[in-house]
Amino acid sequence: MSIWVLRGLRDGVVTTRWPARPDAYADAWRGAARPLEQSERLTDITDLCPTGAITVTDGTVRVDQGRCILCGRCVAERPGVFAWSQGATGPAALTREQLIIPELLETDAAIQAACAQLAVKTRALHRSVHVRHVDAGSDGSEEWEIQALLGPVYDIHRLGVFITASPRHADVLLVTGAGSRGMSGPLRTTYDGMPDPKVVIAVGTDAVSGGLLRDSDQTTGGVSATVPVDIWLAGSPPSPFGILNALLIAVGYLTPEGRRSR
Amino acid sequence: MTMITQPDVLALWKELESRVAAGDRFAGLFAARAADHNPVTLSAHLATAGDVDTLEVTLPLGATGYPALTPRVGAAFWYERVIHDQFGLVPEGHPRLAPLLLPGDPLPRHVEGYGMFTIPHGPVRSGVMESIEYLVETPGEAIPHLNMRVFYKHRGVESRFTGLSMPDGVLLAERAEGIASVAHALAFCHAAERVAGCEVPPAAGLVRVLHAELERIANHLDVAVRLADAAGLAVATARLALHKERVMRLVSRMCGSRFGRGVVVPGGVTALPRLSPADLRAEFDKLATQVTAEAAALMATSSFLDRLRGTGPLTPERARTHKALGPIGKAAGFADDNRLTRPYDAYPDLAVPPARAHAAGDAMARLRVRWEEVDSSFGLLRLATDQLAERAGDQLRAWCEPADGRALGWAEAPQGEVLYDLSLAGGRIARCHPRSASFHNLVLMHEVFAGDILTDFPFIEASFGLSVAGVAL
Repeated sequence: MSIWVLRGLRDGVVTTRWPARPDAYADAWRGAARPLEQSERLTDITDLCPTGAITVTDGTVRVDQGRCILCGRCVAERPGVFAWSQGATGPAALTREQLIIPELLETDAAIQAACAQLAVKTRALHRSVHVRHVDAGSDGSEEWEIQALLGPVYDIHRLGVFITASPRHADVLLVTGAGSRGMSGPLRTTYDGMPDPKVVIAVGTDAVSGGLLRDSDQTTGGVSATVPVDIWLAGSPPSPFGILNALLIAVGYLTPEGRRSR
Repeated sequence: MTMITQPDVLALWKELESRVAAGDRFAGLFAARAADHNPVTLSAHLATAGDVDTLEVTLPLGATGYPALTPRVGAAFWYERVIHDQFGLVPEGHPRLAPLLLPGDPLPRHVEGYGMFTIPHGPVRSGVMESIEYLVETPGEAIPHLNMRVFYKHRGVESRFTGLSMPDGVLLAERAEGIASVAHALAFCHAAERVAGCEVPPAAGLVRVLHAELERIANHLDVAVRLADAAGLAVATARLALHKERVMRLVSRMCGSRFGRGVVVPGGVTALPRLSPADLRAEFDKLATQVTAEAAALMATSSFLDRLRGTGPLTPERARTHKALGPIGKAAGFADDNRLTRPYDAYPDLAVPPARAHAAGDAMARLRVRWEEVDSSFGLLRLATDQLAERAGDQLRAWCEPADGRALGWAEAPQGEVLYDLSLAGGRIARCHPRSASFHNLVLMHEVFAGDILTDFPFIEASFGLSVAGVAL
């Protein structure tokens, strides 16, 4: 056993200081695609996207990051129109429409309402939460990224976040996957079993919009058809920093804009 | 790929049975229908020395059933249940015909007796796990029987492939079984490249090997993390998780994705790793030293090994008759590694070391096989990096002319062989049937609880190292 005592000391502290300090790996993260300001002559760009995330209305190119699966085809084919967004903490949003870049004007009031609604919940959670995870038809990669949070590098325990087995003890529900029909019932039962207030985080593009499986008749095209989602986190899969960020928004440690709240 | 068509089902099964007896490996049984109101075609795949053959039979129009293959070739057990789910065809004589990918009533208890009860375990399970339901039949401690219900995660991946373009098909293949993204992309692209008859440039083959082997190391480390966690070794769990994170960060520094997505495309790869061969070599050396030392410490921790020794044994006999894939097969003396027997990309030039002989088939042997594979993966990574350094400036992608046709593609995932049966028409996917090693192997979980008790369950499950996503596509 003593070998493990020594091995445990071997690399010193490997845990990130984020969010108190910036983290180079998080900052260098390549996130969802975003449209650039200028737009050239626009033909066929909506067909570029395998999930239909790109729309053009009145000459404005919009990317629905909630549908972006980070394949990078638009960035590679039309580098003047699209670019990667930088940093692992986005995109997380309080309303589904907020993931559409650039923002639609009419969503402002909805965002304010969602912020107020979440603030009521987070105040009651007192910065320390127990989290229940439900896989509603993921490809398995989101589970890896959530498990990574329990490892020494991210270590969510330092931030007062714990994984729990029982929905009765859970404050936050992490849902992954495109919403397979088989999981609709168990997911709803888990949600109903959680005490109020509860925060639901849709983890990953599949959970937000169904991703490539949006049109499959075996999925509901995202999990919001089954449970009401409070925080939408895109990514295919999202980085562990992205999931951590969403969790910290859920406990009220960070604001959705990425600022430290007091 | 040799295509053999037989006029009737029984004649085909006879031929299949004799070829399996002669040493060919049963690799899958799929059904397909070109369009509604067309007859159903059954395709059985046999892995031979160096290739995979397909045996086909078209059922009469309007057929509601056919004589089952399972009584002759036991490994067809789940394959025929899927065919029943998809087409409503009844394999007559199937021993336990219940829905697999579709919801159905739980089966009646298999073992009856005084004090017997069923522990339903899942689909929402403790910890961060994929959704699956285990129905553990137990008198309290022993596990005389286990049932599995995998339909919860069924996403309809197979039918979603139909109509996609080839580049979109790769994206979906990468998300069929997310923890083996590279292997699925490879198997898909190998099939597409065979249809088009295009040659992958040598440099691209090397980049593919780099990503495939890093994926193998990450997966095997994940299994080790889960085993150490099940044994309550907190420091070992943390240390192994640290190494896994280092591997995934290295992959993301190489290509932008922690799962190696977006690298493999039909005809080659999208780009070279963003790290220079010299930097890669240094990273691999550092990782190899750390992982090897950690593995040695773990394999010298007796309280850990005691939990693995004799746990969840798969008999060599069963491994051979079922043709268990990947580390599960290797641990029980049945090794058919596609990198050796049906090599692809740069593997023919890299000399993959053959698997060491194991026969115990228990969780311990499975972990040993994984460490040996990690070792050989690091060797392959070093070789491939050195060869890549000599090929600076080479072409990375061959033009893959869209063509019509059908081909099989395979790749050796960390879990074992991934097989894609791909038909292309008019530049689009007419049909694509992916089969993961997880699907082929998970059914063996039924049979490995001889003498094991409830507390052994997490060890057995982790030592299988399978992904439910790949089972219920």
